[in-house]
Amino acid sequence: MYKYDTYDQAMVDTRVEEFRDQVKRRLEGHLSEDQFKPLRLQNGLYLQLHAYMLRVAIPYGTLNSAQMRVLGDIADKYDRGYGHFTTRQNIQYNWIQLDQTPDLLAELAKVEMHAIQTSGNCIRNISSDQYAGAAADELVDPRPYAELLRQWSSFHPEFLVLPRKFKIAVIASETDRAAMKLHDIGIRIVKNAAGEIGAAFYVGGGMGRTPMIAPLIREFVPLDQLITYSEACLRVYNRYGRRDNKYKARIKILVHELGKDEYTRQVEEEFAHLLTQGIEPPLAELERIKAHFPDPAYDPAAPDTLDRSDPDFALWVDRNCAAHKQPGYMIATISLKPVGGIPGDATGEQMRLMADLGRDYSFDELRVTHAQNIVLPHVRKADLYALWQKLDAAGLGTANLDRIGDIIACPGLDYCSLANARSIPVAQKISERFAAKQADLGELKLKISGCINACGHHHAGHIGILGVDKKGTENYQLLLGGCEGDDTSLGTITGPGFSEDGIVDAIDKATEVYLAHKQGDERFLDTYRRVGMAPFKEAIYE
Amino acid sequence: MKILTGNDLKSGAVTWWDGVQWSLHVEDAVDVGDHADTILAREQAALRVNAAYAIDAVKDEQGVRPAHIKDRIRALGPTVRPDLTLKPADPAAGDWVI
Amino acid sequence: MSDVQFRFRDDEPVADPGVTVDVFGAQSNAAAVRLEPGDDARDLLPYLDRIKLIEVNFPTFTDGRGFSSARVLREAGYTGELRAVGELPVDHLGHLRRCGFDAFAPEPPLNPADAETAFARWDNVYQATGDGRVPIWAKRHG
Repeated sequence: MYKYDTYDQAMVDTRVEEFRDQVKRRLEGHLSEDQFKPLRLQNGLYLQLHAYMLRVAIPYGTLNSAQMRVLGDIADKYDRGYGHFTTRQNIQYNWIQLDQTPDLLAELAKVEMHAIQTSGNCIRNISSDQYAGAAADELVDPRPYAELLRQWSSFHPEFLVLPRKFKIAVIASETDRAAMKLHDIGIRIVKNAAGEIGAAFYVGGGMGRTPMIAPLIREFVPLDQLITYSEACLRVYNRYGRRDNKYKARIKILVHELGKDEYTRQVEEEFAHLLTQGIEPPLAELERIKAHFPDPAYDPAAPDTLDRSDPDFALWVDRNCAAHKQPGYMIATISLKPVGGIPGDATGEQMRLMADLGRDYSFDELRVTHAQNIVLPHVRKADLYALWQKLDAAGLGTANLDRIGDIIACPGLDYCSLANARSIPVAQKISERFAAKQADLGELKLKISGCINACGHHHAGHIGILGVDKKGTENYQLLLGGCEGDDTSLGTITGPGFSEDGIVDAIDKATEVYLAHKQGDERFLDTYRRVGMAPFKEAIYE
Repeated sequence: MKILTGNDLKSGAVTWWDGVQWSLHVEDAVDVGDHADTILAREQAALRVNAAYAIDAVKDEQGVRPAHIKDRIRALGPTVRPDLTLKPADPAAGDWVI
Repeated sequence: MSDVQFRFRDDEPVADPGVTVDVFGAQSNAAAVRLEPGDDARDLLPYLDRIKLIEVNFPTFTDGRGFSSARVLREAGYTGELRAVGELPVDHLGHLRRCGFDAFAPEPPLNPADAETAFARWDNVYQATGDGRVPIWAKRHG
């Protein structure tokens, strides 16, 4: 994985000092909260319901064991013993003290980590495929391109005061595991007819209060124009994105209002101009970055068979492990969704254990997924049983990947000052209620947001739940039919909302409709798409 | 009644105006009548509180109850982590917020 | 009008206040013009050789369109004074400079020591923005 050189390290160290200075000015009263807020946000520091919350960047979701260990240590030293892995492949700490933040960031910087641009109206941490470099279906490893973009977007002087936040995802596989078309810019690394590698640009997707699927605006950007094209996309947005209404300020609204063709025309015009400006790093820079992402030293003699005699282990392999491009290896996902647990939360101790397991079983690498789980990308099949036993002993062996218990949930009103309703208690109730029924329900992605901002990706859930405030009480709307993958679709609201218990009952009814109508190997989503909303609605509101 | 709440600038902890200073406990909150703006301006300028605002609340047999669920959760702590709330020994404390 | 607090040019400052883009178009002898966030900097491109001062107004620090305006003007070859005016947080100074601004009239004025620190903050930069600074990628590949 990418290793900082002295320049990268100096950038992060300088940022720590800059933030130390900003915090000092705030604590001494030289900065008002209004002045300080955008500064702290661009460094991932929020003021949430109970305390300051710090969001730490995990670029394209990739971590080494030393980094994961430090994340665990920080949870214990600066927080209350745990952290929350997010749908942006980041981690959040819920109980950070303002005056300790600079020291915390200095500890992160020692392991090449930071909180730069994890919030605020700027280009956020770039996300990617959690199976990058390991997936059997990928063209190339997308992470070098994400790293190139990370450096370009870090402290980009023109784009630090955008109309609104800006999220970029980069993938290079046939299967989209990163919800790429639901980003402000989604980039898919592709090969053209001439066999050259380049980038397809999808611009103007997103969730939030106006969910939109990004249209393809260019099929092929050559690799030596990647930064220039990105800059053109951003400049058109910075100049013309709406600033009169915060809720219409994302690029998806600009693309929608201009129309895809007109937005594209403006980008192409700006792009033609920027090509004359010499802003593109040479391909040698991309090659330098690529050299940081070699295949690990796989054992060519690694046995390609598994001893499945322990049924619990066999179940975990079937649920949580995916095919690896290298024979004898698999990609293992550690579920952070134990039955009745808080989705995405891990204790400091668990983080240190996962760090050790990443070191011992996965060439020192771990990934964070947008579904709030942790991946060990390169595990020898022969080691899977030992790995699973250690995970299981630590409460990390839940076999429920992409099942109804593998719920994506935002922190909701238990932690978040923007939320209208709690997400976590609903997730816990669903997880408990359906634990026994889970196997029958097959792949079923359930996603919960505690407000319209959609951090819990409810629009993209096969079953989505949106918490709303109904005259001071929590109320939950139900959505069906969303999907974040290649066949991206947005969920449809079933009808009137429910109480906390009511929503769990409604989901139970929806799953019964699925089981009654299911044909062959159909997933819940497939059945819904085939039979439509009517039978579900009828059962839910009977 | 109108009460005042905010966060401690340094620690971020949720605090409530008790008439003299900022308390961690909502039951200490006092009715500020129509003095909210004056107190908020003075206290924020002195950095004794951050991001403070006035809310509606009622006084009942259990003490001071903020009108909105968001402020009741602020007053208690995360309902999904009773151990981290201000009432870790009371398993039913979470019922108060609903 | 706020005073210029920081200036990185050796020539004599232009004393005339900038006129609006509309007035500028009609008034062929004006040498100073003031861009508001909603103005298109490219409207000025035909006249760059006679402009000595462009003020780019930041009525609020949360509106970042002026950052792009500055780069558009510099990329088009404008060499006159490019002055950022208005609500300029000290922490934006270095970034504004990178976009091509070479004079600053912040309102309210800034603490000079804080500003000096902010201008000198970043020894290295990741991007080429036409401000003459050598980006990290260029240093890496000598």
